[in-house]
Amino acid sequence: MSANGPVLDVRDLRVWYGSTRGAVRAVDGVSIQIRAGEVLGLVGESGCGKSTLGRGVMGLLPDGSAVDGQVLFQDTDLLKVSDRQLRRMRGPDIALIFQEPMTRLNPLMRIEDHFSETITAHEPKLSKAEVRRRSLEALGGMGIPPTRFRNYPHEFSGGMRQRIMIALALVLRPKLVIADEPTTALDVLVEAQILSILADLKRNFDTALLLITHNLGIVAEACDRVAVMYAGRIAEEGDARTVFSQPAHPYTRELLRSVISLNTTGLHYIPGAPPSLIDPPAACKFHPRCPDAMRVCAQLAPVEQRLSAGQRVECWLHGPGDRIPEGGREPLEQERIAVAEEA
Amino acid sequence: MASQLIARAGRAFGPVREARGVPRWIVWAGIVLTLLFVVMALTAPWISPYAFDQYKDASGQRFVKQQAPSSAHPFGTNVQSTDVMSRVIWGARTELKVVLFAVVVSLLVGLPLGLLSGYFGGPVDRVLVLIMDALFAFPYLLLAIVIAFLLSDKFGSGVATAAFAISAVYIPQYFRVVRNHVVSLREESYVEAARALGARPRTVIGRYVFQNVVQSVPVIATLNAADAILTLAALGFLGYGIQPTDAAEWGYDSSRALSDAGAGIWWTGLFPGMAIVLLVTGLTLLGEGLNDVLNPVLRRRKMEPVTLPPRAPQEDRA
Amino acid sequence: MADAGALLEVEDLQVHFPLRGSFGARLVGKDVGAVQAVDGISFSVARGEVLGIVGESGSGKTTLGRALLRLVDPTGGSIRLEGEDVLGLREREVRAMRRKVQMVFQDPHASLNPAMTIETAVGHPLRIHGVTRDRADIRNRVSAVLERVGLSPPDQYLGKYPSDLSGGQKQRAVLARAVILSPSLLVADEPVSMLDMSVRAKILELMLGLKNDLDLTYVYITHDLATAKFFCDRVAIMYLGRIVEIGATEEIFANPRHPYTQSLLRAIPDPDPSRSIPRDLPRGEVPDAAEPPLGCRFHPRCPKAFAPCGWEARDLHDMLEQRWAVGGQELFEAERLQLGDLAGLDQPGSRATVPSATGTGDDVATLLDRIREDDSRERIWHGIESITPRPGGAVIEFHPGHDPVLRPVGGAEVACHLYDPELAEVPEQAPPA
Repeated sequence: MSANGPVLDVRDLRVWYGSTRGAVRAVDGVSIQIRAGEVLGLVGESGCGKSTLGRGVMGLLPDGSAVDGQVLFQDTDLLKVSDRQLRRMRGPDIALIFQEPMTRLNPLMRIEDHFSETITAHEPKLSKAEVRRRSLEALGGMGIPPTRFRNYPHEFSGGMRQRIMIALALVLRPKLVIADEPTTALDVLVEAQILSILADLKRNFDTALLLITHNLGIVAEACDRVAVMYAGRIAEEGDARTVFSQPAHPYTRELLRSVISLNTTGLHYIPGAPPSLIDPPAACKFHPRCPDAMRVCAQLAPVEQRLSAGQRVECWLHGPGDRIPEGGREPLEQERIAVAEEA
Repeated sequence: MASQLIARAGRAFGPVREARGVPRWIVWAGIVLTLLFVVMALTAPWISPYAFDQYKDASGQRFVKQQAPSSAHPFGTNVQSTDVMSRVIWGARTELKVVLFAVVVSLLVGLPLGLLSGYFGGPVDRVLVLIMDALFAFPYLLLAIVIAFLLSDKFGSGVATAAFAISAVYIPQYFRVVRNHVVSLREESYVEAARALGARPRTVIGRYVFQNVVQSVPVIATLNAADAILTLAALGFLGYGIQPTDAAEWGYDSSRALSDAGAGIWWTGLFPGMAIVLLVTGLTLLGEGLNDVLNPVLRRRKMEPVTLPPRAPQEDRA
Repeated sequence: MADAGALLEVEDLQVHFPLRGSFGARLVGKDVGAVQAVDGISFSVARGEVLGIVGESGSGKTTLGRALLRLVDPTGGSIRLEGEDVLGLREREVRAMRRKVQMVFQDPHASLNPAMTIETAVGHPLRIHGVTRDRADIRNRVSAVLERVGLSPPDQYLGKYPSDLSGGQKQRAVLARAVILSPSLLVADEPVSMLDMSVRAKILELMLGLKNDLDLTYVYITHDLATAKFFCDRVAIMYLGRIVEIGATEEIFANPRHPYTQSLLRAIPDPDPSRSIPRDLPRGEVPDAAEPPLGCRFHPRCPKAFAPCGWEARDLHDMLEQRWAVGGQELFEAERLQLGDLAGLDQPGSRATVPSATGTGDDVATLLDRIREDDSRERIWHGIESITPRPGGAVIEFHPGHDPVLRPVGGAEVACHLYDPELAEVPEQAPPA
């Protein structure tokens, strides 16, 4: 493995599910990279495939889903390793943080036992005192007092449980953390606490973090880079500041405008709903909702372009000009979308 | 209105039609077996060769007792000289009548009590739960026998007595299932929303709670019906059920066939016994199948196999 | 406060839920206390106004909203709707009152009866209140209101079941049901928080349109300051059953005065890329409403708390635990060994004894002094008057605390001792502009 290479390198990943109505193309050709000490935010409306992508990386997909492409973790293709080996990697190499912490903690086990189980499963030779020292250190880092080490999960508040979950995920110092909506169920103040913990994490341990969220505010504050997902593909990806200040894809721009923030003075929204992943629109999947749609957008799938500002984007607005057919730049006549066509 | 009803019924049976795999087979096997007995019960006067208590033919000639199956008596005759086949067919009518009656009565009592108890809660709820749990804890057959014994003075040992005795056994079951369901539904937003609209408790219970509770009734009613057949047969077997002169009943017939078995007379016991087994199996399959099909927790989204088509030519990726 | 033109006036409203104790406690009739979900709240809403009730979970905002419709029964205070005393109404009259006050719930997926078509559900209020029983009339009115909320063409939605609709569409149907009787007040409890972000703006826009068309007054309950800022004319910030700050929206957002409001505003993640994660946020979480902190309920988490805020034994325990959490295992084990059983610190009280493990209170006093030196910026030291060594432990006297009350400050009303001139021996900085 090269020293500067990405910790996680997803190449052209596809994850499809079968359903009675046809194949669900939840992830349909996605490439992303995360380096050590970097936070990549993955955003999009619900139903765009972002959670499936997170699960696909972890190998936690339901039976019967079809996967291809490559998920390289430090040059190991996670799609090719055995379940056993993958299980062994979860914890010391890759960790997951979920939205609802209570469902992941065993209500009959003390916090102490959760930690010793996790640690000894991967490092069976450690002494008891060392296991305890490491657990207390991880908990202390999350602000959980050592006096409560022997409590049961239900004796903690929601925010504390989430911090315990994070401590548990990080006690083995994984190189990659995937957090799927880690703060969605929490209040703003607790959310801010957790985000600052995650920020410390990458600073102190050089962890690579994939943060899946629908909250653009969180991405702006906590992420170095951002990938905007739409209908199973990455519409735009790049430096978070650049993407947020000069969005290149109309979807990113419209999404940012539709967020209600403290600076909102007028309401704005994207008409329509994210498309069905079973039969998405042809060519550019955003074209029926896109305010800038051109004729070519309904004819040809857009080609990935790297812009001078650094982001990569899949949108015909950015060319390549030589691939756009004659008259392709004319505005597209779109069908009217009814007001209540929404998610 | 009629079209609306049809639409609603279609909606309710949609899951049965759409069911796939094993649950589909279970539910259809149940439907076929159960329908077989229903048809038998409805057409008994026409398909049965003789009346259930008939022991002589039209010419006044008494049937030979314990006669082996023959063309005149396809299932043979029993110790009382009655035709076994006729008693099996007429028995279907008795069993279904009693069970239908019992299920309706226990529903009529258990469902409203469960609704009110669960919705209003409080001391009444606690007392009702205590009573019902006490009844539930009682050995069910003993309970049925006691009730049947008490009622036989008033109503005689006919269909009504047996039905009431069996109802008493199943009321606590409906009560419990309905009450617990209501307690969880009471916390649903839409029930509170109904109150917020200004609806009276009667309306809230009737239109918002009942409509959703009632969906679990077909399953437990079918499963209880299967159980009730066994209880009725047990009552008959022990001699506390329907008297043979009132109606044909498989449990009673089985008990009379007990002594025949040792003498190699197999037909008097086999046919009523098989009828019991088949009807109970049919109802159980139907109930379990409905449960699999209707219960959203058990109804797993079936994954269809999917294959990834080859990718579009790579030249598109700059 | 009382305003002749007010549509809704709430005075000193209190909703306490009695705790169900153990079987034994109930047997002997022991009082096990109550959850003080709403504890002395007053405000009024003028006709045509949008009042925002903003708070985190556990602030009592939802209970407050439900109490306005008497879906829960308040244990004290008064609610007047159009001058009529709501709490004095009998059950029948309450149902009639609900014609004037309607509610929209948080979860659109749960607030429609799954067994009712949209037509029946939206038209049900007409039947409930006996407005009309004529089928054709109901259908016409339902179609009209569906059209108004954007479910158009209505024929396409009348026969559908809630499970056929998306979240945003369901919330539209819920709004249609709420306004079909032309109520005067609509209590909206987090109407957009469960919706996808791209739909929120549409539903808020619809609500604003409905307000203008139908002369509605809104009580908008939310945890989301951003939508409150956009949507509301006035905002009340709630914390643990009480209003800590109330005033015109522009005033509150331009000059937040209560430290809690200030922290909330700084904690909101904002898509503006020039911001970064704030560091000095209140620690911990909203405490248990059954045993709220003494004095100001926010003081244990407040970055500006000072002497009169109500410091007490439990704060000392929290401080020690926090110190041990960050300080590492050696520090924890060394200090914990010097102290006895700390369970006594879990009772509220302005006087506490920290027991010593060695038997002499001097050790404890010395330890506490050392802790104070380590982190003198810790707010609790403002509230400790004296530490007296006694045999067996050190007795701690806290500064007597006061309950802050809402008082006019600038253009708003704030419940915070920082703005109380009588307690203004305050060495604290003035609130930031």
